[in-house]
Amino acid sequence: MEMNREKSVSELIAQNHSKRSLLKFTENAVPKFLLVCAVVSILTTIGIVFTLLFETFTFFKTVSFIEFITSKEWHPMHSNPNFGILPLVTGTLLVTAIAITVAIPIGLGAAIYLSEYASEKMRKVIKPVLEVLAGVPTIVYGFFALTFVTPMLRQVVPDLSIYNALSPGIVVGIMIIPMIASLSEDAMSSVPNSIRQGAYALGATKLEVAIKVVLPAALSGVIASFVLAMSRAIGETMIVTVAGGANPTTAIDVTSAIQTMTAYIVQVSLGDATYGSTVYYSIYAVGMTLFVFTLVMNVLAFFISRKFREEY
Amino acid sequence: MEITKQSQMIRNIPTRLLKNKIFTLLFLLATLTGLLVLAILLFRIFSQGIGYINWDFLTSFASRRPSDAGIKAAIYGTIWMMGVTAPIAFTLGVGTALYLEEYASKNIFTKIIQMNISNLAGVPSIVFGLLGLTLFVRGLGLDRSVLAGGLTMALLILPIIVVASQEAIRAVPKELKEASFGMGATKWQTIRRVVLPVAIPGILTGNILALSRAIGETAPLIMIGALTYIAFVPENLMSQFTVMPIQIFNWTGRPQEEFQYVAAAGIIVLLGMLLIMNSVAVLIRNKFQKRY
Repeated sequence: MEMNREKSVSELIAQNHSKRSLLKFTENAVPKFLLVCAVVSILTTIGIVFTLLFETFTFFKTVSFIEFITSKEWHPMHSNPNFGILPLVTGTLLVTAIAITVAIPIGLGAAIYLSEYASEKMRKVIKPVLEVLAGVPTIVYGFFALTFVTPMLRQVVPDLSIYNALSPGIVVGIMIIPMIASLSEDAMSSVPNSIRQGAYALGATKLEVAIKVVLPAALSGVIASFVLAMSRAIGETMIVTVAGGANPTTAIDVTSAIQTMTAYIVQVSLGDATYGSTVYYSIYAVGMTLFVFTLVMNVLAFFISRKFREEY
Repeated sequence: MEITKQSQMIRNIPTRLLKNKIFTLLFLLATLTGLLVLAILLFRIFSQGIGYINWDFLTSFASRRPSDAGIKAAIYGTIWMMGVTAPIAFTLGVGTALYLEEYASKNIFTKIIQMNISNLAGVPSIVFGLLGLTLFVRGLGLDRSVLAGGLTMALLILPIIVVASQEAIRAVPKELKEASFGMGATKWQTIRRVVLPVAIPGILTGNILALSRAIGETAPLIMIGALTYIAFVPENLMSQFTVMPIQIFNWTGRPQEEFQYVAAAGIIVLLGMLLIMNSVAVLIRNKFQKRY
């Protein structure tokens, strides 16, 4: 049996000492470990930029940069291939333009309603439901565009082809409504009430307060939400892949098939482009273009919301 | 002298009021549009797909015949991938958030990390797919494995987790921390025993929401080569795999019309899974969120 004696003082000191050195070790090690975690996000960005730059560079060894940005033909699979990014950019911007035309009036209207008209109770119900709309996986929207929106549109526009720019454009627009509504609502809600009350005291109607007082005061946040939504629409992939088709063209025709930058990347990944072929490297050049587009928009949104914010 | 023409103003009042009424209605309509579309979307998918949902659908592999097609491989693939993504994204995300909120000093380096994270959140998911393809599939030679897919997804949802965790950690009252320091606790003891227990409901909610985003993502996994036709369940981290959105994408693209209904059935399963995850997130938030 073990002896039930009191520990000697020297033993206690030794015990405490080892405990403290362990404590010291964790106190020192933990921040280092956490720093490593934080650095991973930086490494991710560096990884993205280097991957894109490196493989894009390889691509431009076989295709001239001038052809890439000026040629109006994108036929990578032809025996005599053309690599002009313009058709893919046109397709992307066409879908984005339709999306933003759908999303701005609806999203902004909803934002004004939620921030200026709705009661606290109603806002608490509607806002989460709108956010469900943002949480629906994009493949579901793609399915919806192809099997519901396109057939419905064809009854109105008979010469609409099965794959077209209109239907995915509208559906991408629906997808980004919550983004505009939610961010714009945040911006308008943060306009101080004293300003509203000042306008009411002068005899303004609710509409006039919303449009002429609150909206201008929140304008930077509202415009930033538009830009972010555009950036999201540009990067959207599955909806345009499923419902937009695979027909890169510079013609601006919403009724016929198009191809966006994202849809092209998916098309190549689905097929078996040989590793190391020009087609394989072309997805990086397209990805780089896409990355630059969205980066510019995101940075723009950041500066708009920061620079033109009115301080109260 | 009059500053305003009173007669003119009085004449304008009815139009202004009418405008006010019309626009109130328009704003309400705009709000309801979103909800209406959501309702139509759900109704369509349920009426198309519900007839195809049965035990066989959940326990069969993909097939060329619509009536035999099932979603088993995709369900297992999704769960396997989450098994890789969740722990990695959680560790990295919460670690980053703790570093930024508790340890980082306010210098340029911290600012760069913070800006970098919000910037990463805006990078299109397909670009993460390109990164995964180059780094994990080719660079590390992981091939088209569950591991490569899970790692790619972990990087994709990292920014969402960091931002959500930061908010949760920031919401911990200062008094609690100061009391802990006052009792002689060290920094890490305070974080582990005071900050994290208080912040964990918020952190978990953010994590679950981020994971439900990952479950619905399709594009990056197409990039890294998750396959659309698989008739087996992953056996280890290096197995090939498919996930639910990719299976649905594959069915949507089939020419036979009946596959549309199969796709709708797959969507119901996917939405069901998302609904469960989101309900758990809301439950955690409501049940365990203490207010100080």
